[in-house]
Amino acid sequence: MNGIPIEAGLIVAGILFMLGMISVLIRRNIIFMLISVEVMLNAAGMAFIVAGSKWMQADGQVMFIFILTMAAAEVSVGLALILQIYHQLKTLDSDAANKMNG
Amino acid sequence: MELIWLIPTLPFLGAFILIVLNSRLSKGVSAAIGSGTIGVSAIITLLAGYDFLSSGLESFRHVAWEWMDVDTLSIAFAFHLDALSLVFLFVITFVGFLIHVYSVGYMHDDAGFTRFFAYLNLFVSSMLILVLADNLVLMYLGWEGVGLCSYLLIGFWYEEEKNGYAARKAFIITRVGDTAMAIGLFMLFMSFDTLNIQEILTKAPQAWTVGSQTAVVAAFLLLGGAVGKSAQLPLQTWLPDAMAGPSPVSALIHAATMVTAGVYLIARMHVIYELAPLAQTWVGIIGAATLTIAGFSAMTQWDLKRVLAYSTISQIGYMFLALGIGAWSAGIFHFMIHAFFKALLFLGAGAVIHALHNEQDMFKMGGLKDKMPVIYWTFLIGAASLAALPLITGGFYSKDQILWLTWASDKGNIWFFLAALGGAFITSIYTFRMIFVTFFGHEKTHIGHMPGASMTIPLVVLATLSTFGGFIELPHTFGHVTIFSNLLGPVLPNVVLREGVESSEPVIQIIAAVMALSGVYIAYYFYQKRSDLLPGFKSAIRDTYNFWFGGWGFDTLYNNLFVRPFVYIATINKNDVVDKFYTGLVRVSEFFNRVFVRTQSGVLRWYIMGVVIGAILILTLSLFVNP
Amino acid sequence: MEAIFYIASAVAILSTIMVITRYNMVHALLYLVVSFLAVAVIFYVLGAPFIAALEVIVYAGAIVVLIIFVIMMLNLKQESVEQEEKWLTKRVLVGPAILCIILLGELIYILSTSDVTVLDGNQVDSKEVGRSLYTTYVIGVELCGLLLMSGIVGAYHLGRQKKKVVHRFLEKTEE
Repeated sequence: MNGIPIEAGLIVAGILFMLGMISVLIRRNIIFMLISVEVMLNAAGMAFIVAGSKWMQADGQVMFIFILTMAAAEVSVGLALILQIYHQLKTLDSDAANKMNG
Repeated sequence: MELIWLIPTLPFLGAFILIVLNSRLSKGVSAAIGSGTIGVSAIITLLAGYDFLSSGLESFRHVAWEWMDVDTLSIAFAFHLDALSLVFLFVITFVGFLIHVYSVGYMHDDAGFTRFFAYLNLFVSSMLILVLADNLVLMYLGWEGVGLCSYLLIGFWYEEEKNGYAARKAFIITRVGDTAMAIGLFMLFMSFDTLNIQEILTKAPQAWTVGSQTAVVAAFLLLGGAVGKSAQLPLQTWLPDAMAGPSPVSALIHAATMVTAGVYLIARMHVIYELAPLAQTWVGIIGAATLTIAGFSAMTQWDLKRVLAYSTISQIGYMFLALGIGAWSAGIFHFMIHAFFKALLFLGAGAVIHALHNEQDMFKMGGLKDKMPVIYWTFLIGAASLAALPLITGGFYSKDQILWLTWASDKGNIWFFLAALGGAFITSIYTFRMIFVTFFGHEKTHIGHMPGASMTIPLVVLATLSTFGGFIELPHTFGHVTIFSNLLGPVLPNVVLREGVESSEPVIQIIAAVMALSGVYIAYYFYQKRSDLLPGFKSAIRDTYNFWFGGWGFDTLYNNLFVRPFVYIATINKNDVVDKFYTGLVRVSEFFNRVFVRTQSGVLRWYIMGVVIGAILILTLSLFVNP
Repeated sequence: MEAIFYIASAVAILSTIMVITRYNMVHALLYLVVSFLAVAVIFYVLGAPFIAALEVIVYAGAIVVLIIFVIMMLNLKQESVEQEEKWLTKRVLVGPAILCIILLGELIYILSTSDVTVLDGNQVDSKEVGRSLYTTYVIGVELCGLLLMSGIVGAYHLGRQKKKVVHRFLEKTEE
C-alpha cells in the first residue's frame, strides 16, 4: 500500500494551527480564546507526531506527551484566572481588562 | 627671600577666610584679617627686598609647585623676584595696606563690609601673582584674577543697576584686550616652545632679528592686552564708568595697581619690544594720543571722580610714552610716584564725597578749605604732584624726566615732546580747576561728618611719599641722583640719548616748569578770579566742549559699531533658532511616543495580533532574505 | 490506510471550523471533542497508538470536561450567546484571515521545497515510548511533574474567592 506523504500530515497540522490562530484573533470572549489555544497546541503536537513517525523513533511521541502535560496545567491555571476575572469584572470580555495601557 | 611665596598667598588666604566665614565675622575681625594680611605681606616684602638687595643677586626664583607638565610645556607656580618686581611689590603692598586701613573707615557703615575686604584681598593677591610670575601663564592667571576682582568691586553696590552695567563694561572691554594677549602668548609659545619669561627674553634676540615680522605681531598682540587693562586708546572707555565703585576701589585698582599691569607687561617683555621697533613706536604713539585726549576730556568733567579717572588715563599715557621711547626706568619711576599721588587724590576725593553725603558734583562743593584742613592740604600736595609743580613735588621729577627724554632719546621725536608738553599744561589746568572749585569759594553743600583717623592717616602717609618719593631720582641739573635707575639697571636697559643733547636739559626743565605754573594761573583766573567769564567761554565752544565731555565720542562709536548690531541680531534671533532645533528633537520624540503608545492599549487581542505579525515577519525574513 | 487518514483529517478540519464559528460555548466544546477524536484517529494511522489513546483520555476527557465545569460554574445565561453574536461579526474576520493565510502559505512553501517522504505506517508502540521517556527524557518527566504540581497549587490558590468582609453599617450599600 502506498504511504501517506509526510507533507500531507504537516499540512493538516498547519491548517489546524492556522484555524486556531484565526479563532484566537477574532474572539473577544476569554473562554473562546482558551479553547482556540487548545486547538493550536493540539495542532503543534500533531506536527511532532508526524515527524516522529517519519524517523520511526519515540522522540516525537515523547514531545507530544510533554506538550499535553503543559496544556493541561495551563488550562487549569487559566481557568482559575478566568474565574477571578469574571468575579472582578463581572464580564467575560477580554477588552475589559485593559487597565495596563498607555 | 625664601618667603616670597607668602606674599601673594597671605592675601589669598585672607580672602578665602573672609568669603567662607562672611556672615559670622564681626566688622573688627574682618578689618583685622583684611588689612592684616596685606600688612604682613608688606613686611615680608621689605624683608625680602632687603635680603635681595644686600645679596647683590640679579634675580631670584622660587618654585612653589609644578602646575602643568605637558610635552614641552612646563608651567610651575614659580615666583621670580628682581628689581622690577620688587618695585611693583613695594607699591602694591604698601599702597594696598594704606588703602585697606582707609577702607575700614570709609566702608564702616556698609552692609557688605566683610565682602569688600574679601574682594580687596583677592585682588591684591592676584596682582601680586601677576608681578611675581615667573612664566606668562601664571601672569595670565593673575591678569584674569584682577579682571575678575575689578568686576566684583566696581559692581560692589550691585543693587543699583548702573553699577552692574559699569562693571560689565569694564570686564568686556578688558576681555577684548585679554584675548589679544592670549593669542600673543600662543605665538610666543609657538616660536620659543616655552612660556618662561626669562627663557623667552634670552632666546628672543637669538631667534629674531630686529624688525622681524613675528616679533612685531607678538609685540602688537601683547600691546593689545596691555591697552585693555591699562585703559589706553582704543580700549579706554571703561575707566570713567568704573568710578561707580567705592572710592577705595578706584584708588587701589584704577589708579595704583591694575591699570598699571599693562605697563608692567611691556616693561617685563622689553626685549621683544626692542626687537620690534614698529611696535615700540606704536606704544609711544598710543601713549601720546591717549594723554592728550584724556587731558581734554578731564577739563570738561563736573564729577570729581571722573576728573581723576581721565587723569589716570592721561598719566598712564605718559608711562606708555616713556616705554615707547625706550625710557624704561623713567616709565617705572613715574608709575611709582603716580601710584602714590593718585591713590592720595582718590582717597581724598572719597573723604570729601563721604563727608558731603555722596555728593560727587564738584560744582556743588566749595569752601572746604577751612572746614577740612587735613584733607585739603593732603589733596593739595597730591594735586601739586600730579601737575608736576617744580622742585617740591615727586611728580615733577618723574614727569619731567619723561618730558626730557621725549626730546632727548634717540627714539623720541618732536611730536612726542609737544604732546607731552601740551599734556603737562592741560594736566595743570584741570588739576587746579579741581582744587579751586572743590575747596575754595562758598560752601554749597554742608558737611555731614568729618572723616575719622583711619581715613586721614593714610592720606598723610601718602602725601609724604608723594613729596619725598621723588628725591631718589634727580636729574643732572640737580645733582644727578640715580638711585632708582641703578636699582632697575640689571633688569631694564638704559635709555640711549641722542648726540650732544645733554646741554639742553635745563632749558627743557624750565619750559616744563613754566607750563605747569601757567596752568595753575589759568585755572586760578578762570575759576576763581573771573569765573563770570566761564559761561560765555563755554557756550562759544559748546560743541567741542560736549565732544570732549563725552570722551571724544568713543562711547557712541562703540555703541553704534558693536552694541547696536549685536542687539539687532539678538532681537532677530529672539525665538532662538538654535533652540528650535533642540525643541524640535523633543517634539519629534514626543510624536513617536504618541504613535507607539497606541500599541500599549491593554487590549489582549492587540498583543496577540502583534505576536502573529511578528511571527510572520520573522518567517518571511528567514525564508526569502538571505538564508 | 491513507483513505482513513484523509477522511479523518477532513473531519478534524471541518469540526475545527465549526468550533471557531459557534456562538454557544458548549456547542463549540462539543465540536472540539469531535475534532480531538478525529485527530486521535490520525495519530493511530500514523503509527502512534499510545498517543492516540492519550489524546482521547487527556485532551477530550479531561481538558474539555474541565472547561465545561468552569462554564457551568460561571452560570452564563442566554445573553452571553447574544453577546457573542454581537462580537463575532464577519468584519473582524478579515484581518486575521489574511494574516493566517499568509502564514499558511509560507508553511506550505517550506514543505513543498523539501523532499517527498512517504510514511508507511509502522508503529512505534508504547513500550518504546516508555523506554525513551524514562531513560533519555527522564529529566523532562521530572520537570513535567513539577509543572503539574505548580499547576495544581496555582489553580487552587487562584480559584479561591474570599468573602469580602464588610462592616454591617456599610452592608446597605451592597445589593
